[in-house]
Amino acid sequence: MTAEATPSTVAGPDDTGPAGAGRTPRPRSTAAYLRYAAGKLAGAVVSLLAVLVTSFFLFRLIPGDPVKFMTGGRPVSAEQIAAYRREFGLDLPLWRQFTDYCGKALTGDLGTSYQFHVPVIDKISEALPNTLLLTGTAFVLYTALGIVLGTRAAWRHGGLGDRFHTGLALTLYSIPSFWLGLLLIIVLSVGVGPVPGLFPTGGMESGGETGFAHVVDVVHHMVLPVVTLVAVEYGQTLLVTRSALLDEMGGDYLTTARAKGLRDDLVRRRHAVPNALLPTVTLIFVNLGRTVAGVILVETVFSWPGLGGLFYQALSVPDLPLVQGLFFVFAAAVIVMNTLADLLYPLLDPRVGR
Amino acid sequence: MTTANTPKTTKTSEPGTPPAAAGARDAAARGPRALAWQRRRASAARFWAEYRRHRAGVVGLAALVLFALVALTAPWTVGSDVASVTDAPGRPLQGPSGQFPLGTDQFGRDLLGLVIWGSRVSLLVGLLAAVLSVAIGAVIGITAGHFRGWYATVIMRVTDWFLVMPTLVLAIALATVLSRSLGTVILAIGVTTWPTTARLVRAQTLAVESRPYIERAKALGGGHWHIMSRHVLPNVMPLILAQTTLIISSAILSEATLAFLGLGDPTIVSWGGLLQDAREAGAVSSGDWWYLVPPGIAIAVVALAFTLCGRAVEAVLNPRLGVAR
Repeated sequence: MTAEATPSTVAGPDDTGPAGAGRTPRPRSTAAYLRYAAGKLAGAVVSLLAVLVTSFFLFRLIPGDPVKFMTGGRPVSAEQIAAYRREFGLDLPLWRQFTDYCGKALTGDLGTSYQFHVPVIDKISEALPNTLLLTGTAFVLYTALGIVLGTRAAWRHGGLGDRFHTGLALTLYSIPSFWLGLLLIIVLSVGVGPVPGLFPTGGMESGGETGFAHVVDVVHHMVLPVVTLVAVEYGQTLLVTRSALLDEMGGDYLTTARAKGLRDDLVRRRHAVPNALLPTVTLIFVNLGRTVAGVILVETVFSWPGLGGLFYQALSVPDLPLVQGLFFVFAAAVIVMNTLADLLYPLLDPRVGR
Repeated sequence: MTTANTPKTTKTSEPGTPPAAAGARDAAARGPRALAWQRRRASAARFWAEYRRHRAGVVGLAALVLFALVALTAPWTVGSDVASVTDAPGRPLQGPSGQFPLGTDQFGRDLLGLVIWGSRVSLLVGLLAAVLSVAIGAVIGITAGHFRGWYATVIMRVTDWFLVMPTLVLAIALATVLSRSLGTVILAIGVTTWPTTARLVRAQTLAVESRPYIERAKALGGGHWHIMSRHVLPNVMPLILAQTTLIISSAILSEATLAFLGLGDPTIVSWGGLLQDAREAGAVSSGDWWYLVPPGIAIAVVALAFTLCGRAVEAVLNPRLGVAR
């Protein structure tokens, strides 16, 4: 179900619209793709290095002495302060700190947390699987929901269903995710009036269970955070899918598909939707930055032991090495996903990168 | 006024609209400046006639006018002492009652008053951050479209880099390292959200600059500044306005988020700050939903209203976008 499956249509010579997709299937050139991919990968590496530099200097702008944050205002002797400075390398000149930081970062060492006194990378790798579990589940669900509902809305655009779903999506899109999370906790976890609490208020497991019972327990803890994330994020996918499909709907190839006697829903599934998904794919990845933001808030509200919750803890100290490391991880995740989308896109759409 | 006389037509230059044409002739007699104003009035009237056809946009606009009135009249309706912790009128954490329609917070302050007072900060920060963001985006977009070559290449690389950065994470980082104040919040939101605008404006600038009248302006001796300010800017202005409306809505959400994370100015009442207060006062675990609901609804309604307006403006200016079809 790629763009090449689109039947060719009789279109004008100056037709450059999306309806002309796959009209002149050129032979795929692997060399051209590799050149394109190399360019994108080089761009990604430059972006990652830029993030590394930013994350170092941004957090050096902070006024005040980091040692004060470490000691939390407790009275400490001059020797202890000096020991702290040595331990975290703060007695070196700024450029030495920077070269050390870059050198260590390239070997996977992001420094030591002021707060927990363990390597930042350990804290991150501990929390990463939990975040991936939560985000991955939510991502799959909201993308699927957004595409299905967006397709329906566009196919019957202007109808009651379209107006309802577009309106609902816009409303949920305007709701702060943390507020929705807090309300869900009050209504479904704490309980209002006669309604008992159905779900746990936070965390990831109750502890004590093993095997299958543990899996059920984690899923039970996941329901509310996932619902919150899906609710605030699916609207974007819905709107993007809807407008992409609306752009396709004037296409002559759809008239042809109907003229040859295809059922309405085959026209939709086999012809219109695959083309409309092309712009949707990139936008879904571009919008991942928003999901990262949503994860920080949702994990904070639901005390989910992931990267977002860790970020909030680190911010309140502020635990600079941890904030810095997490900042790098979040930015890197978005850059990597965007690069993947860039690499995937020419394989889906033969018009790009040739 | 030509509003009533141009009901369905979208072009005033048509011979079928005598009042506008006559007005233009009068104005022409009075000089080019008057003619320009005449045209601007006519296009504003046309815009409004089109805008009125988008029901969602009109609803959004009405909601905005209402909120703006509430925020502007707040000094007389509630007064700044509503935020005072020392002489609060009620007992802490009372539920909604006749005296306090929305209940009281942990200091015994009237929540209705606080929500009204908080609208000032939320709207102000949203507006200023959006203006800052769109201003940066417009300047970068226009210059990157006007000056080609290495300048454009470098500046667009920077834009692309900002575009993939998780905006909120960057804003959080900025708000963490700078001092806690309203200015910081505005700055943090403004300097992290401009890249989309820059890209859109650059594309539009390139389209405008490829038209023949720009060549004519150059041939007559128009410099860079003249072309950018007199020819490109008026043409990208509608796009900039639509973009501002849409960005205000996300700026208001970002402001609430930063305040909720404790990165705003703790002494200032804002909707996000109220939600953080509610959470810290244990409103969640004790099930005090009435404390959390009003500020959140206020945020959602204002953000939604700006989004609806922005989409309607976008649909009027660029019917091909298909956002509101």
